[in-house]
Amino acid sequence: MANNHAHAPAPLGGSLLTPFTLLLGALSAIAGIILAYRFFYGLGAVTNINDGYPWGIWVAYDVVVGSALACGGFVMALLVYIFNKGQYHPLVRPALLASLFGYTLAGVSVIFDLGRWWNFWHIFWPGYAQVNSVMFEVAVCITAYIVVMWIEFSPAFLEKIGMKDVKRKLDKLLFFFIALGVLLPSMHQSSLGSLLVIFGQQIHPLWQSGMLLPVIYLMTAVLLGFAVVIFEATLSSTGFGRPLETKVLTPLSRIMWGLLASYVALRVLDLLWRGALGTAFAATWQAFWFWVEMACFIVPLATLASDSARRSASKLFTAAVLLMAGGMLLRINGFLVGYQTGDGWHYFPSFAELMVTVGIIAFEILAYIVFVRKFPVLPAAQPATR
Amino acid sequence: MANQRMENMSETYIEETAEAASTVANRLGINRREFLQFCAATATTLGLPTGAEAAIAKAVEKAKRPSVIWLHFQECTGCSESLLRAEHPTLEKLILDVISLDYHETLMAAAGHQAEAARKAAMKAHKGKYVLVVEGAIPVKDNGIYCKVGGHKAIDMVKECAADAAAVIAIGSCASWGGMPSTEPNPTGASSVGDVLGKPVVTIPGCPPNPYNFLATVVHFLTFGSLPAVDQLGRPKFAYGRIIHEHCERRAHFDAGRFALEFGDEGHRKGYCLYKLGCKGPETYANCSTIGFGDAGESNWPVGCGHPCIGCTEKGVGFTKPIHQTAVLRGMSPPASYPGIVEQQGKASFAAAAALAAIAGTAAGGAAMLAKNLGKQDAEQQPRQKGE
Repeated sequence: MANNHAHAPAPLGGSLLTPFTLLLGALSAIAGIILAYRFFYGLGAVTNINDGYPWGIWVAYDVVVGSALACGGFVMALLVYIFNKGQYHPLVRPALLASLFGYTLAGVSVIFDLGRWWNFWHIFWPGYAQVNSVMFEVAVCITAYIVVMWIEFSPAFLEKIGMKDVKRKLDKLLFFFIALGVLLPSMHQSSLGSLLVIFGQQIHPLWQSGMLLPVIYLMTAVLLGFAVVIFEATLSSTGFGRPLETKVLTPLSRIMWGLLASYVALRVLDLLWRGALGTAFAATWQAFWFWVEMACFIVPLATLASDSARRSASKLFTAAVLLMAGGMLLRINGFLVGYQTGDGWHYFPSFAELMVTVGIIAFEILAYIVFVRKFPVLPAAQPATR
Repeated sequence: MANQRMENMSETYIEETAEAASTVANRLGINRREFLQFCAATATTLGLPTGAEAAIAKAVEKAKRPSVIWLHFQECTGCSESLLRAEHPTLEKLILDVISLDYHETLMAAAGHQAEAARKAAMKAHKGKYVLVVEGAIPVKDNGIYCKVGGHKAIDMVKECAADAAAVIAIGSCASWGGMPSTEPNPTGASSVGDVLGKPVVTIPGCPPNPYNFLATVVHFLTFGSLPAVDQLGRPKFAYGRIIHEHCERRAHFDAGRFALEFGDEGHRKGYCLYKLGCKGPETYANCSTIGFGDAGESNWPVGCGHPCIGCTEKGVGFTKPIHQTAVLRGMSPPASYPGIVEQQGKASFAAAAALAAIAGTAAGGAAMLAKNLGKQDAEQQPRQKGE
């Protein structure tokens, strides 16, 4: 704990109005306008989704990938509070903040994609809810996790606005929410994989792992959590002109590498066992994207194999970016590229759909910048001297 | 071989047939004409040449009715129902005349231990001579505890009864390849009779199968003393040798490019091809399109009454593929000069593709630049760390 005091979080301060934040704001505003149009004129007016592809990138990217990329908070809480690795404590709050925005926006994105969005509350209502459905589990679990994360993160607000009594009382209860914050994501991140089980042979054999899908999705969600922590720590160090946190990230990447090795082994064994590997050598788009996805997992496995490589900030960052791309491709491939509903059906996101997704990412980054400048999130440190 | 025997038989049989027909007709209390119609229908189902109905009539008259033990496992009794509830009034009478149904859980009068005793007695009395018919899949998961009759597990019963049977027939898709109970994730481990016994058996898949396919198989056994020729899946070739699509009454619409696009639209009302509504006829082997179902007329099969075939006889199609997903054209594709069967649906715009490529490119470029800068910092720090 003594060690952690040196890294007590503090607001960064500084101006909120920079060319970069203005650009992010503009992109968010464009997404907002498109969404307003979508709510008045319906999904067909904005998106390219159709009877063959009842979902598009708003589900595959914004919800499925978005929530997986937001697993940093889950993974750090798991390491620090469950496995008691106190040395990673400075990474918890920034990771949690990114997760908070990632998940909140993933949850909100579901509503964008619902045809009759005004009925969204049905899934929570006892008379309507179908408690045996995987979709129900995902919806309730993600909603609960969003609430839990806001509570987990609330000490940062309470510190800022000086509600010391409330914070002291909350601190005593916080262990309960932290435990929930580790349990809930492991439930719904695996269920996001289970969603594909019932699509059976409509999912290309390269991604239809059946009962292993929940394991594969959970493992990659944890991997993405590690990768995102490395990615964000590196970006905020360079972006805000702070010293690099490589010393903390190196041991973190060692754990990540072990998990990555077991994931790649599991994925390949599953493909061999199901006899699906042959389809990877066919001349199809599916096979092409499969190899791109696998490369994104195998290259970091090779580059981070030695301890000296893990001490290099640039190799860590590259590996993290590749892993994020790999986890993203696994999900996009499973939900869109490898999803076949019959001859003649096509889907490619429309320009408007893409701009909404871009706007949501921009809004996440913008909100992150505002929060770290105004609230105690990042560990206090002197700007790096260059 | 059967055909050769038929030719020899046919000459002398003409007179005897009339006699045999009268005997059976009297026994069943139906008229002679109806009985001969049954024989002719069975011969047609089997694809036998003219004169075969005479041999069948003779066999039905003379044959000592084989003892049949009929087991029910994971099923809905639809196969039994389709045999018994046929519109034609004499069909069920004929079945019960052709065979001696010694054990059938839903039809026998006996109940409880009495019923089980009847099964044991029949097995003992007709050892090595009875026909075993299995209806329903057999759960094998967790030692097969998910289906029990009279305290005995299905998996034990089927093995016990099959040991001394002269022939084993699996009726319905469940017994033939697992059927509906074996749909993923198959919680009970529902398996086919062939898988449980570890040897091929004659299968009559369908949900339910056409009763004539079962009856013709049994009558073949009676007439020629052997089961009919089967394919590699144990299906009698006379019934499952062709794809439904080949002889479908709506085939001409398929070739002409006239399709029903949704239920109740103009094409649907006019009886156009149901391919685009997901008809699995082009990938399902069965004789539904040639033999009227349930003896109730030619419109009494799914495609006849306007619903796409779901491929119930075919493993990997029925209960596996979504009902309205378009079928794979197995072993055939329409000639290039015919109207296309695939409509291109859904959009992909060049502008969106370009935008996505630009976004991906910017992200990749940004990451590469940052990695390069970090690499420079690494290089600066490396000598410093070594110095420490």
